[in-house]
Amino acid sequence: MTGVNREGEVWVFAEQHQGKLEDTPLELMGKARQLANILGVETAAVLLGSNVGQLAKKLIQYGADKVYVADNQLLENFQTNSYAKTMCQLIEKYEPQIVMYGATVTGRDLAPRIASEIKAGLTADCTDLQIGDHTESGSGILHKNLLFQVRPAFGGNIIATIINYDRWPQMATVREGVMPMPSPDVSRQGKIIKEQVQLSAADLPLTILEEHKREKKVDLKAARVIVAGGAGVGSKDNFKLIWNLANVLGAAPAASRAAVDLGFIDHDHQVGQTGTTVRPSLYVAVGISGAIQHQAGMSESQKIIAINNDPDAPIFQIAHYKVLGDLNEIVPRMIKALKEKTIKEEVAAVK
Amino acid sequence: MDYHCVVLIKQVPDTKRITGKAMNDDGTVNRRALPAIFNPEDLNALELSLQIKEQYSGTVTVITMGLPGAAVILRESLYRGADRTILITDQRCAASDTLATSYILRCAVNKLQYDIVICGRQAIDGDTAQVGPQLAEKLGITQITYLEKLLELENEHITAQRNIGNGQQQVRGKLPVLLTVTSDANEPRVAAAKNMMKYKNARTPAEIEQQIQTENPDADEDTLAGLVERKCGLLKDKGLLIEQWDLDFLDADLGWCGRSGSPTKVHRIQSIVLAAKESKEVEPTEEGIADMIHELIEEKTIA
Repeated sequence: MTGVNREGEVWVFAEQHQGKLEDTPLELMGKARQLANILGVETAAVLLGSNVGQLAKKLIQYGADKVYVADNQLLENFQTNSYAKTMCQLIEKYEPQIVMYGATVTGRDLAPRIASEIKAGLTADCTDLQIGDHTESGSGILHKNLLFQVRPAFGGNIIATIINYDRWPQMATVREGVMPMPSPDVSRQGKIIKEQVQLSAADLPLTILEEHKREKKVDLKAARVIVAGGAGVGSKDNFKLIWNLANVLGAAPAASRAAVDLGFIDHDHQVGQTGTTVRPSLYVAVGISGAIQHQAGMSESQKIIAINNDPDAPIFQIAHYKVLGDLNEIVPRMIKALKEKTIKEEVAAVK
Repeated sequence: MDYHCVVLIKQVPDTKRITGKAMNDDGTVNRRALPAIFNPEDLNALELSLQIKEQYSGTVTVITMGLPGAAVILRESLYRGADRTILITDQRCAASDTLATSYILRCAVNKLQYDIVICGRQAIDGDTAQVGPQLAEKLGITQITYLEKLLELENEHITAQRNIGNGQQQVRGKLPVLLTVTSDANEPRVAAAKNMMKYKNARTPAEIEQQIQTENPDADEDTLAGLVERKCGLLKDKGLLIEQWDLDFLDADLGWCGRSGSPTKVHRIQSIVLAAKESKEVEPTEEGIADMIHELIEEKTIA
C-alpha cells in the first residue's frame, strides 16, 4: 500500500501476448488521458515482456506520456507471480495514483494478486471511471478528486460507484470494449523509461506446456451494424433469418445469451455481460427480451431497433425504433425493403 | 499420496430474483431479504475436490464465511460428500471487501492441513473473481485460475488446463496450489440420499443455541448455556457438529477485517434506468418498415 499521492501518475497495464498488444490497454489509454487531464498529471503505460520495446511507440500514440518498459527474458510469457512482482516493484517505486487493467482473463488473474500484495483496493469489471469528490458519512471529511469506479453488481441489477480514499493506488479492472478506442496520433511524443527488475526462476512456478489460441469467429467490437437474435427466434433453423438480415445489411450476426445457450449460434457471437460489449451505429435486436445483462453489453449503441411480439419486453425501453409484431413477418419485410433500395440504386447507376 | 483439499464456498443472493427492496439505505445489500443459494461455480469447486478424493484418496474440508444461515450450504456440501465443514461467522466480518475477506480466509486455511485450495472462479453477487487470487497471494502459494480441466495429479505435481478467453493453456506446477474453477470444469453431482439421511441433523453451535432458546423460552442464561454445550457435545460425538469459528479463534488482526480492513468503500448505489432519448413506434407493415429503412439510409446510419 502507498499513501495518497496527488502528484501520482495515471497508469495502464499494457497487456501484450507474444509481442502483440491487446486492444483493451489502448482503449484504456484514452480514458487515462482524460482522467490525467482533469487531475493535471501525466499518463503512463507499463509494458512488461521480452523484446517488447517496439510496442512503446504505439502506446504513446494512443495517449501515454511515458512508457515504463520492463524487458526481461523471464517476462516473455505471462505468469502471475513474475508479472505481479514486477508491477509491485514499479508501483512502490513511482506511487501512481491510479492503475487500470483490462478485465481480461490475464487482468483478472493478475490485478487481485497485486492488490493483495500491496494491500490496496481493487474494483473489478468497471464500465466507467470518473473523477469526483466524496464526503465521508459520519466524520464529514471531504476527499477531493477521487477515482469513481463504476461497475454493475448483483448480476447487473444495480450500478455501484466504488472509491478508495486512504489506501492508494486506486486500482480497477475495466471491461473490454466499454471505453471507446482513441484515434492514434502518430506525431505524439513521449518518454520511454527502461526498468530493471529483480526476478529469478522461483518467480515462474508454472511450466506452460502448451497453448492453443483461436481467432474469434466474428469481430463484434469492430462492427458498424449488428443484427442480434434472441430466444424468440425459436430455433437454430429459423436463426438463418438473422444471418440473412445481417448479410443484406453488411452487419455482424450476434445473439443474446439465451440464444447461445439454446445452441442457435456460437458463443463468439454473444453480446452482453458475459459476452462482448458493443457500441455500433445500429443494433437490431430480434426476438430479444432485453434482460439487464444483455442491455449492459449494447445499450451504448447509437441507434437500436427492437423487434418483439411482447409489448412489455424491456428491450423496448431503450429502443429508438420499436417494432411490435411477429419477427417472422417483420424481418423478411426489412430484407425486402433493403433489397429494393439496392435495386433502385443499381437502376439509377445504369441510367 | 493423499490429497487434502480445502474448498471455499459462498452463500449468495440469487441475483436472477433480486428486487429493489433488497438494498439497504446505506447501499449495502439486505441479504436477509433475498433467496440465498449455493454459489454456482462453488459447486464446481466442490465437485472437483470430491473427484480428487475419489480418484486419488484424501480429504475434503469445506469452509464458508457468512451469516449463521450459511450453514445451509455446508449441510449441502455434506450431502454431496464433504468430510468436514467449517462456518466462519462473526459480526466483525461485516462490510469486508475482497481484500479483508481474503485475509480472514487466510487465517482459517492456515489452521488446516492442505495440498490444494479450491474456489469457484467468481460469485454471482459481486462477479469480482478476486478472492481466489488474493487468498493465493496471502497464503504464498501458486494460483491456477480459470481452470476448466484437471488433467493429472502426480505426487507433488498438478497438470491442469485453463480457459484463457481466446483459447486454452495447459500448465504444470508444484503443490500446494490454489485453483479457481469455471462452470465448464465438471457437472456437479446432486446430493446423495444416503448422506442426506446421515447429515440432515448436522448443526452449527449458533443453530443449536437458537433451537434451544426457542424450546426453553423461560430458562435462564446458565441453564441455556449448559443445554447448548450438552447438545453440541452429543452432535460432535455423532460427527454432526458443523464447526463454527470466529475472529478470536482465528487470531485475526481486527485491523485487517471488516470495514477497517477494506480499502474500497461504496460511494453510491443506483438502480439501473436505461432509456432511449427518442423513440418511435414502427408499424410492422411493409410500408412502416420501408419508411424506417429509408430514414436510416437518409441519416446514413446504414450505407
